[in-house]
Amino acid sequence: MASTDSSTAFVEFDRVQKSYDGETLVVKDLNLSIGKGEFLTMLGPSGSGKTTCLMMLAGFETATHGEIRLDGKEINNIPPHKRGIGMVFQNYALFPHMTVAENLSFPLEVRKLGKSEREQKIKRALDMVQMGSFGGRRPTQLSGGQQQRIALARALVFEPELVLMDEPLGALDKQLRETLQFEITRVAHDLGITVVYVTHDQTEALTMSDRVAVFDDGRIQQLAAPDTLYEQPQNSFVAQFIGENNTLRGKVAKLSGDHCVVRLDETGEEIDALPVNVTREGDETLVSIRPERVEFNPELGPDAHTLTAEVLEFIYMGDVFRTRLKVAGRDDFIVKTRNRADQTRFAPGQKIQIGWLPQDCRALDP
Amino acid sequence: MTDATTGPDHLTGPTPDNALRDADRAEARGGGSGGPGDPVLAADGTPLKQSLNRALRAQKLRALALIAPLLLFILVTFIAPIVDMLFRSVENEIVVETLPRTVAALQDWDYASGEAPDEPAYRAMAFDLMIAAERREHTRVGSRLNYETTGISSLFRKSGRGVDDVGEVYTDQFVELNEAWEEPATWVTLMASEDWQESHSEWVAAGEAAEAADEDFDDLPPRFEVADRIAEILPETAGIYQAFADTIRTEDEESPAEEEPWNVVYQALYDDLSGQLGSAAETYAGPGADLLREAATAVPDFETMTVTDQMIEVDEDWAEPEVWGTIKAFDGPYTSGYFLSSVDLQKTPDGVERQPEGERIYILLFERTLFLSLTIMACCVALGYPVAYLLSNLPMRTSNLLMILVLLPFWTSLLVRTSAWKVLLQQQGVINDVLVWLGIISDGGRLVMINNQFGTIVAMTHILLPFMILPLYSVMKTIPPSYVRAAKSLGATNWTAFWRVYFPQSVPGIGAGCILVFILSIGYYITPELVGGTTGTFISNRIAYHISNSLNWGLAAALGTILLAVVLILYWLYDKIVGIDNVSLG
Amino acid sequence: MKLKSILMSSGALALMAAGAVAQDSETPESPVAGEPMADEMTIVSWGGAYQESQLKAYVEPYQEMHPELTVTWDESSGEAVAGMRAQSEANNITWDLVDATAADAMRLCDEGLAMEVDIDEIAAPAPDGTEASEDFGEDMLVSDCFIPQIAYSYTFGYRTDVSDWNGETPDEICDVFDLETFPGQRSLERRPHNNMEWALICDGVAMEDVYDELETDEGQQRAFDKLDTIKDQTVWWTAGADTPQLLADGEVVFGSTYNGRLFSLIVEQDQPVEMMWDAQSYDLDGWVIPEGLDEETLNRVKDFLWFATDTQRLADQAKYISYGPARASSAPMVGQHAELGIDMGPHMPTNPDNSSNAFVQNYEWWADYRDDLDAKFQAWLAQ
Repeated sequence: MASTDSSTAFVEFDRVQKSYDGETLVVKDLNLSIGKGEFLTMLGPSGSGKTTCLMMLAGFETATHGEIRLDGKEINNIPPHKRGIGMVFQNYALFPHMTVAENLSFPLEVRKLGKSEREQKIKRALDMVQMGSFGGRRPTQLSGGQQQRIALARALVFEPELVLMDEPLGALDKQLRETLQFEITRVAHDLGITVVYVTHDQTEALTMSDRVAVFDDGRIQQLAAPDTLYEQPQNSFVAQFIGENNTLRGKVAKLSGDHCVVRLDETGEEIDALPVNVTREGDETLVSIRPERVEFNPELGPDAHTLTAEVLEFIYMGDVFRTRLKVAGRDDFIVKTRNRADQTRFAPGQKIQIGWLPQDCRALDP
Repeated sequence: MTDATTGPDHLTGPTPDNALRDADRAEARGGGSGGPGDPVLAADGTPLKQSLNRALRAQKLRALALIAPLLLFILVTFIAPIVDMLFRSVENEIVVETLPRTVAALQDWDYASGEAPDEPAYRAMAFDLMIAAERREHTRVGSRLNYETTGISSLFRKSGRGVDDVGEVYTDQFVELNEAWEEPATWVTLMASEDWQESHSEWVAAGEAAEAADEDFDDLPPRFEVADRIAEILPETAGIYQAFADTIRTEDEESPAEEEPWNVVYQALYDDLSGQLGSAAETYAGPGADLLREAATAVPDFETMTVTDQMIEVDEDWAEPEVWGTIKAFDGPYTSGYFLSSVDLQKTPDGVERQPEGERIYILLFERTLFLSLTIMACCVALGYPVAYLLSNLPMRTSNLLMILVLLPFWTSLLVRTSAWKVLLQQQGVINDVLVWLGIISDGGRLVMINNQFGTIVAMTHILLPFMILPLYSVMKTIPPSYVRAAKSLGATNWTAFWRVYFPQSVPGIGAGCILVFILSIGYYITPELVGGTTGTFISNRIAYHISNSLNWGLAAALGTILLAVVLILYWLYDKIVGIDNVSLG
Repeated sequence: MKLKSILMSSGALALMAAGAVAQDSETPESPVAGEPMADEMTIVSWGGAYQESQLKAYVEPYQEMHPELTVTWDESSGEAVAGMRAQSEANNITWDLVDATAADAMRLCDEGLAMEVDIDEIAAPAPDGTEASEDFGEDMLVSDCFIPQIAYSYTFGYRTDVSDWNGETPDEICDVFDLETFPGQRSLERRPHNNMEWALICDGVAMEDVYDELETDEGQQRAFDKLDTIKDQTVWWTAGADTPQLLADGEVVFGSTYNGRLFSLIVEQDQPVEMMWDAQSYDLDGWVIPEGLDEETLNRVKDFLWFATDTQRLADQAKYISYGPARASSAPMVGQHAELGIDMGPHMPTNPDNSSNAFVQNYEWWADYRDDLDAKFQAWLAQ
């Protein structure tokens, strides 16, 4: 489904910049193509520019520079109500003075649809979010989750090809959020619509999206499918922002092809790593290892480096064990191991050797 | 793509909140061990309901104690005056209190007969008026009745001076018969009970002792008591003499033993002696028996003059049935007269009638007050809505600055603001000058913009505008911009998004602003007084007139009560039509 | 019209005595001298130039004699009746001496709110020994509670620079109703008093028959009909300062108000306005004592009044304001304006040149007809 080819792009940001005050850029040189039917998530900390991008796409903000194209047409100067884009807001934005059915009827009325057609579409939309019997209620009589379903239904009822969602699940509790995550992706796929989804919750981004654009400081740091993003972060920001991550600071001691040796600043110990953002020996680097990719007392190749670690804490978490270690002078090194019958349980103070496959340890920008 | 967990969340399981509530309920149910019909018991065995009430009562008392000062303050300064106003609008005790004998004597008289009442009414009036004049209350009742019938004020004032002479014809004849009748002591001996004479002697002795010791002596003489024996044979005389004694005691701090009785006392004595009971005086054996017997014998030969004639001699208006009719119409302790006047009716001796055409003013003023208030309210909405919208959508810094401009009028004296409008609007004023200078109007055709309804509407709209803007602003401030965005994203044009989505949500602010402005303007008084001329004044200007000028507080209270009722009715209507939940001040 | 003759003769005396040096004659001690007296006194007056004249003419001199006395002023005379009623109902009398118009004094007396006084015990005899009651004269003593101070009048002022008038100047009351010769806006008081009388006079009713005529429905209608002819050219005033302001602004060309207000507009502020004395309507202003004062306060009030209403003090007041002193014996002592140095005589309403066609309001009549006529007047205005 994912398509990044600009010739078939449905939504396209072309060198878009945005500044509110004329002094600083909130969005810096954004280039992004979204394919038809794609579920793209804009992920990033607050202030990273992701919501501004969404608002520019919706038409509530104008780009300071650059072009935004929808289905090949430039839409910079088209007012929001003519763009035909559905939108779901964080606070649902259901009109409190209308019933659920009236809320859904609103976009159909302004499109001057006949009554029977409206009723039919409203019913279909409500059924789609399994709220068929709630047409007569007022939004205030609904729970947060129900309101969000209605908001979704309303954004879809006029059958837009593109739907924007601005942190739609931000106000809900965890359990409900997971249910709705699933439901949103289901509906999106069922209808074959293109979704641009904004969130600061990485789990949400990973579980729902075809592709994720990680935003920071007004730029896309990495645009990739969730698994790529997790396993092959392109820089240390992405590595740290997505998932749990151990970092160690050092200098490249040896670099050859897809393998390098990094000497750690703290202790001078050496480790193996995959060079990602390092180009020559002597470069400063930050190596990143996922906690679940670390092995205890590893049996690796003869040239492989290992590190000595001291167990600080051993936490039982049910499906996994979480071991906090003191490694290379840092005491926040985490290792996750599956709860298997034969898994050793360490005691604090115990000294052990740890190691990893070189490709699991990525040498990134400092 | 189907899964058991995809149903609406209220079906899939309890939210944390629901779970907590359920747990609470379960716990409450589990508190008692009995069956479903048994009362739930608390830990110490008392019924749970009872111990809950006890716990809540303490809380409520504490809460009450906290608000007690405010409650008291409101009761004293707000509720009490309103109750007092309601009371005044019907209160009419002054007539029956000042003229009790007359009111009683008029019971059987019928105004419809077209004749003035008989002698007893005149006699009662003479007695009442004499007492009232001595207490200087007659002019008050005169003013009161003058509200209803023109001329009664001076009738009472004049009669208060002339009523002294009623009965003089008999005084002269009694004194001629025996000079002892002129002596206060004679009367005291004849009339006073023994108890009183005793305490009076003590009082006299105390006074003399104090004088001898050169001390101040301010004690009042003892209250006069008529002897029973004399009250039986001279009931009229006893009554009026008692009144005479009481009056000089409280008004002049004198004892009847030193004051010659009023002429009406001699009138009463004559009436008693010449009446049916006169013969009883023959058998009287108490003190002063000889004198009384002598008088009783002589009375039939006295030269007579009816009280009716004597009163008409004081003022010929007493012959007018209308005067008596007015007194009779207002003889109750409560009256609907003020309320009737408030709606251009009047209570006449013939019953309720409409005011003559030239005096109908209150209905017109009520209508005008409502009309102008509604117009001002509408102007405030029209002008205030865009301002409030702008305020709530501007960045904080700018909107604060604008807000100061909105509030600026509050910091200027009302009088100054209103006078400024005079300078602007008058015919030689700034606006007219500019229009003439621009050539839009000729010098001779200057617009009349003040001292009429236009002036009132302009000035009041300006003064009340903040009361519209503030609630509107505070409501609009709470409408998130995402609603309008949502509407636009759903395909609504700017206008549709405003009209169908934004506006309905700002209605509570409009409601609150309208209620504030309307209620304030309906009772406004200074501004219409200054710029309203004759056609732009409100009912409150008449209320003010009756409070501070005509002193007809009863009518002012009735007008105020009606105004209050109108406001309450409109408020109720608003609740019915729009719903009072649809009012928000923020 | 006995009052008129007294006022006229006193005016004549004033003229004769204008040059004479006024002798400050000795006033006998007040009857309450030596009694214990309060050190504070609240005087209610009208504010403005009038209150200033009272302050200069007798309050300050009295305080010089009695330095222990503090005087508080309350400028509430316009609300005197309501204020005294409210204080009486609250049983908390805070006013000690109230300046009121004769009509208000009468009303206060009727309501039992003002104290009835024997004028000969309250006011000192004239320097020649004439009793106060005789010096004031019966027509001044309109109520048992009223202690007269001054006679003022309602009169008209007109602008002298109205081009539409083609050089004509109004000189009689009926010019007010003559819109052809004297076009332009007028200002009249927003109550029936005086207006009804003037209307009838200009409708051909003899001055002495005015009240008899006004008593009848036909007479009232006649007055309203006459007023109708200028109704839409009239601004209705409520405060004494309105007409001077309207005249100064050029909003009206003709307007009635108290003669003292016009005096200050014409003489002190030098505006292009002239006075028209024809058919001026006399009114009186004086003191009333609230009912219910405690003894020490009452003694102070009496002591003050004895001084403040004596012949010399009332004559002194006329130095500051163009109102005529209420005592006949004060008239010869009236001199020049305290600051401008002009003779006050020609500016007095009582000057024979001014009072040749004056009339006196009938207070007793108005006390009866005020409620009725006011309702009719307001209804007429509102239409």
